[in-house]
Parts: sequence; C-alpha cells; structure tokens
Amino acid sequence: MAKHATPLLDQLESGPWPSFVSDLKQEAASRAKNPNNVEFQVNQDCVEDILGVLELSYKHGRTHWKHGGIVGVFGYGGGVIGRYCDQPEMFPGVAHFHTMRINQPGGKYYTTEFLKKLCDLWEFRGSGVTNMHGSTGDIIFIGTSTPQLEEIFYELTHNFNQDLGGSGSNLRTPSDCVGSSRCEYACYDTQAICYALTQEYQDELHRPAFPYKFKFKFDGCPNCCVASIARSDLSFVGTWKDDIKIDQEAVAGYVGGEFAPNAGAHSGRDWGKFDIQKEVVGLCPTGCMKYEDGKLAINNKECTRCMHCINVMPRALHIGDDRGLSMLAGAKAPILDGAQMGSLLVPFIKAEEPYDEIKEIIEAVWDWWMEEGKNRERLGELIKRQGFQKLLEATNIKPVPQHVQEPRHNPYIFWKEEEVEGGWQRDINEFRKYHQR
Amino acid sequence: MHVAESGDECYTVRVGGARLMTVTHIREICEIADKHCDGHLRFTTRNNIEFMVDSKDKVEPLIQDLESRKFDGGSFKFPVGGTGAGVTNIIHTQGWIHCHTPATDASGPVKATMDVLFDDFKDHRLPAQLRVSLACCLNMCGAVHCSDIAILGYHRKPPIIDNEYLDKMCEIPLAIAACPTAAIKPAKVTVGDKELKSVAINQDRCMFCGNCYTMCPSLPLADQEGDGIVIMVGGKVSNRISMPKFSKVVVAFIPNEPPRWGKTTDTIKRIVEAYSAGANKYERLGDWAERIGWERFFEKLNLNLPIISSMISVIPPTTPGARPRSSSSNRSRFDINQSVQGEAMRPPCHLSKRG
Repeated sequence: MAKHATPLLDQLESGPWPSFVSDLKQEAASRAKNPNNVEFQVNQDCVEDILGVLELSYKHGRTHWKHGGIVGVFGYGGGVIGRYCDQPEMFPGVAHFHTMRINQPGGKYYTTEFLKKLCDLWEFRGSGVTNMHGSTGDIIFIGTSTPQLEEIFYELTHNFNQDLGGSGSNLRTPSDCVGSSRCEYACYDTQAICYALTQEYQDELHRPAFPYKFKFKFDGCPNCCVASIARSDLSFVGTWKDDIKIDQEAVAGYVGGEFAPNAGAHSGRDWGKFDIQKEVVGLCPTGCMKYEDGKLAINNKECTRCMHCINVMPRALHIGDDRGLSMLAGAKAPILDGAQMGSLLVPFIKAEEPYDEIKEIIEAVWDWWMEEGKNRERLGELIKRQGFQKLLEATNIKPVPQHVQEPRHNPYIFWKEEEVEGGWQRDINEFRKYHQR
Repeated sequence: MHVAESGDECYTVRVGGARLMTVTHIREICEIADKHCDGHLRFTTRNNIEFMVDSKDKVEPLIQDLESRKFDGGSFKFPVGGTGAGVTNIIHTQGWIHCHTPATDASGPVKATMDVLFDDFKDHRLPAQLRVSLACCLNMCGAVHCSDIAILGYHRKPPIIDNEYLDKMCEIPLAIAACPTAAIKPAKVTVGDKELKSVAINQDRCMFCGNCYTMCPSLPLADQEGDGIVIMVGGKVSNRISMPKFSKVVVAFIPNEPPRWGKTTDTIKRIVEAYSAGANKYERLGDWAERIGWERFFEKLNLNLPIISSMISVIPPTTPGARPRSSSSNRSRFDINQSVQGEAMRPPCHLSKRG
C-alpha cells in the first residue's frame, strides 16, 4: 500500500513511453521490501515521499522545493546542490534532500561493474533516484541528507576512483560526444581532450573563483551532437583543413541504390529513388560539388565542411586527414540577456596532447573574463558588452576574415591612435602655414 | 552499425529512457548488458541508452529482450528507436521533482509528449531528425534555445514580496543587481509597527525570469494560474546545410495541465504533422519555416491561438558600431531582441572557408 495516494501521477503510468512514475513506484516497493537488508542511511520511505510531494505539486501547479543553503564537501566549492522540501512535516523522508553531481565518464561509456557499484552506494546512502544524466552531462544523485555527503564523497574518490562534478560559479563538468570511439566523423579524440582538460583544471572545477558558470563541450565534428556551439562558453568543434576523401565506387553504390542514403535514416517513407544531384549536389550550401559522367567532384577550397554530403553518403565521403578543431566562444542560454551562439575565435587548431596551445587560449580567456566580468556575467555577455575585439586582444589572436560573419553596415570605425600613420598629435601652426584662418 | 578501419563491426541498439531513473532500473539495464553485451553500455547526450554487440546474430535476441520488458503500469521499459529522421528522446530538466524555480514540471510533460510522439520515436518518416527539448524555466538547463521544438516553462506573475523576512533572508543589493530589467529598487516598508528594509518592484518592467528569486528566497513567483508553457520552434545546433539557429516563440502561453498537458501535446503533434507534410527531405523544421515564411508557417499550423503583440519581433535597422543607444525605450536593460544586430564585427557562429 502506497504511503500517499497519487491519482494524478498514476495517470502517467499508461502509454508506451517509459514511465518515471512506474519506476519510482518500483523503487519505493523495493526499499519497503529490502530483500538485501540494506542499512538505509536516509529514510527508507523517501521515494514514497518524493511521489507524495510531486503529487502535491501536480495539485498545486507549483514546486514544493526550496532554495539550497550552504551544503557541500570539505575542500570543494561545488558538486552538491542543497535542496529542502517546503512541506517537511508532510514529507519527512525528503525534508533534507540534496543533489550530488558526479562527473560522468567520457562518452558516457560504462561497465556494468561500475554502474552496479554506483547503484549500491546510492541505495545505501541516498534515495536510489538518479538522473542518467543531467543536462550538462553529470550523473545526478537526487536526494540525500547532509551527513551522507562526506561519506559518499570519500567512497567515490577513494574507492571508485571517481569525482564530483561542477556547480556554482566554476568550471562545469566538461562533456563530450562519442568521438572517435564509435563515429567515423570524429575529427579528433573528444574523450582524450575532455579527460585531459578535466584533470588539468581540477581547481577551476571544484573551487568557484569565476564570475559565473563556465562550460566546455567537445564535439567531434560540425554535426554538434553535444550542442557545444549553443551551450558552452568555449566550444571545441572538430574540423579538417584538407580535402574530403571520395570513394567513387561507393558513390556509384549510393547512386545505384546499393546503399541507403544517410545510413537508412529516411527509411520510414518512400522518398523515391536516391537522386544525388538533388539530394547532395543541389543541397550543398556553397554549391561546390558537381556530379558528371558518374563521378562526384568537390571544389574543396569553397567547402565549409557543413557535413551534409558526408552525412548522406558516409561510405563514399570521408573527412580529410589534416584534422583539428575550431574554438568558439560565448554560447549560452537566454538568462540573462538573451541566448547566444558561439562566435568563432580560433578557426583551426591541432588537438594533440598535451594540448598546450589550446590551454594557452583557455587561460587567456579566463584571465580576461575574471578581470573584467561582472558578478554572474557569462563570457558571451562580456563579449557583447566589451566587444569581440577585446577578446581578440586578450587572447592575442589576430583578426582574420573568418571572424567576420557579416561586414559592418557603416564606416564609423573608432580608429585608435596607434593604428593611424603619424599619430594624432599635430601642430596647428604647421597646418596654418598652408591654410589661412 | 559501425565498421572500424580494422574491419571490426559494432552493432548498436538504442533505447529510450526517462532520464529520471532509479537504481532498480539501472540494475536491470546492467543485467541486460551483462547478458548480451559483455557488461558494457553507454548513454547518449539525449538520455538514450545504447547497447552494443559485436556481431549481427546477437542483435535480434537483444532487441526482443529489450522490447519484452514492461513496467507494472504497462509502459515499455526499453523502447527501441530514436535514430534517423524521426523524434529522439527529449532533453529536459528537473521540474517539480527537485527544482526550486520551475514554472512547469519536466518529467510529466516529457512523458506525455513522448507518448504522443511515440510512433515517430520508432519510425523514420520525417523529413529530417526532430529534436524536442524541455526546460522548466527561463534558465533553460537544456538546449531548448536551439531545438526544433522547445517546451519552455514560463512564469507570468511578478514576485510576491515577503517583506517581513526579506532583509533576514536576502542580500538586498544582490537581489536588485539580479534583475535584468532594473525593475527592483530598495524600499522601506512598514510591517506591523516596525519599519523594515525591503525592495519595491516595478511590476510593468518584470519579465518573470525568476533571477531575483534565485538570489533571494523572499521573492517567490510560482503561481498555479500564472505559470505555464511557451512553445518555441525552429532551432538547431547542427551546422549541416544551414547555420545553427535559435528557437523562436510560436505559442506565447499554454496553461499547465497536469498530469497530461493535453493542449501542449496537441500543439506539438500539430507542429510535427505540419512539418512532416510540408518539408523537403533533409530539411529541418526551422529551415522549412524560413523557406515558406513564418506567415505561411502559422497558417499551416492553424492553431487558433492568438498572436500576441509581444511575439512580434521587429528589428529596426540599427546603427552598428555606433555608440550604444539609450535603452530607455526598451523594456530591457539589454537589447534582448536586437542582440544579433548591433556589433561592428560580429564573428560567425559557423564554419569558415579557408583559402
């Protein structure tokens, strides 16, 4: 018998999509039964109380969770988000119910051995409820009490070789796409650099010293599966400099119908016979391709590497060999002054260990932002307030045409004195020799 | 299926999952991975679970096992799908289950929406992939601002001021500084016979972002009638064919309707059907809307919902590079609607040609 009646939530058990309500109920039942005799360190019926408090929110149309408060683990300024229920008498099991962020593994690959250890720990010292994963990428443990935080932290860091993620005004847990582990489009090893920079910037990740949050995301190619270009203060998007490799036989395979375009992504509807002219050459945004006499040709100098042709014919077209990444700066969600997409800062840089060149740019960006950024001002907002030019100066990157999305509409340029030959200091008497008053 | 340069083959079966999952469920995932995949698995950035096997004959038994598992309530535990030109799992946030600022729930509307879009999770009939996201407030802890369809929780009432406690609970200057529209100022108030320090809010300037509430718990703004959902469409993060795009507001407000958010899911279904019928192969929703024009887009949607004046974004020609204009005419201290225009050298958010 459930502790709280949940007539509204019960309506979310039907329908085909996996029901989180059914899942919470099975967890509540499992804790009640406790077949493995776990010595629960937080209330045994806390999952019942989660269902109860959520049902109340469904009734009231408002959340029943309060602000954080200062909870954490010794030596770290982030990774734990304090959470308290605003109806603790009704739901004592979730009165103190903090969130922990755990740094996810690269590519979100797991062994079941590790996952089971996490489950055992979280069942013992927490609610047993998680997010796999949070929006930034962390494993999220939802719901534990203050005394458990240090215990979980110790277990993770000493026995699991695992760490907390970021929260607050610091570097947030970096995240990556599947990368070269299982993707033919990956222009660099996203997991390698994600891991290397996570290790390098431990201090920034755990000790909040920034004006606001700061995110790194690593996309192996311009398809941007981890949305770095939209969501990270510094985005690392894989690209290449040389030519797209063409396998003409495989091109013929697509044209002849041997291979399904886009790896069969359009199989649910009859779109007619694959038409390379219309579907590939005709959709190329720069018009740099042609298909003549059964041969596909690409004018690579005009290619922007948007990935469309490669996505459609992955067996026939392959990314080039001179690979690296582009760095973009300033992407963020709307809070506060509107959403921003990343702006191209470094058109091409090699992604090779020990990533010194990349670190140099990251640190120059941070130095500028930490010096000039206001409290709770994201990098993108600082760029907007002071100008992209200031970021170029701070990072010592020379302006190049790739930086110009659209040339300015007027010529009101604020030249600096040092940019003008002879400087600005002139002698009026010398001028008057030639121009009478 | 992926083939390595070595010739090794990797077959991946993707299944959807509620990102809110319990250890009981994760243990079941492990049991499946132990049985079929030598104890390995991965999650995707969109909360899907991927089971990988190394030969084709292992695929069918894996799929059958996954599809056979159901929760007691009747829903699938591991529905196979989420690939190609269809709908994949929804990126979302916490909502009422664990967050202090949401204007809607997350897991509930996601479940309701995915039930409605379930056929398209399994199928490949759409013109291109369709990414749906949900964020339960303006903080948008999800790529809601760049999704084909975005479900966004939004408050519509300014904060209530808890005068009696405000100065004890909050740093008043931080609350004032948190407001993006400069609507908050310090104020002295009389409560009973005491004069207390508090704040005053210019309600007409409030954009309901909740940023003050994040800094100051004495300014709650959640409200049953005030809160609801905004639908935005046409965003994307991929650089394919066209540049990444922001999502745009097409429905200004739909009330919260727990537990199944019927109007929200009806609206989304209508958008998906109109897109499916109208767009060309490979064309993303935003590219389609831009090709036919937003006027035609609204016509095709036939939502019978009002266009409110705030949805109209008129960008007057500004003077790029000139000194900043006075923003007195603008509601915001920042140029929220004009952010794309006014800079001298606006670098691309996209790829560049190399010469």
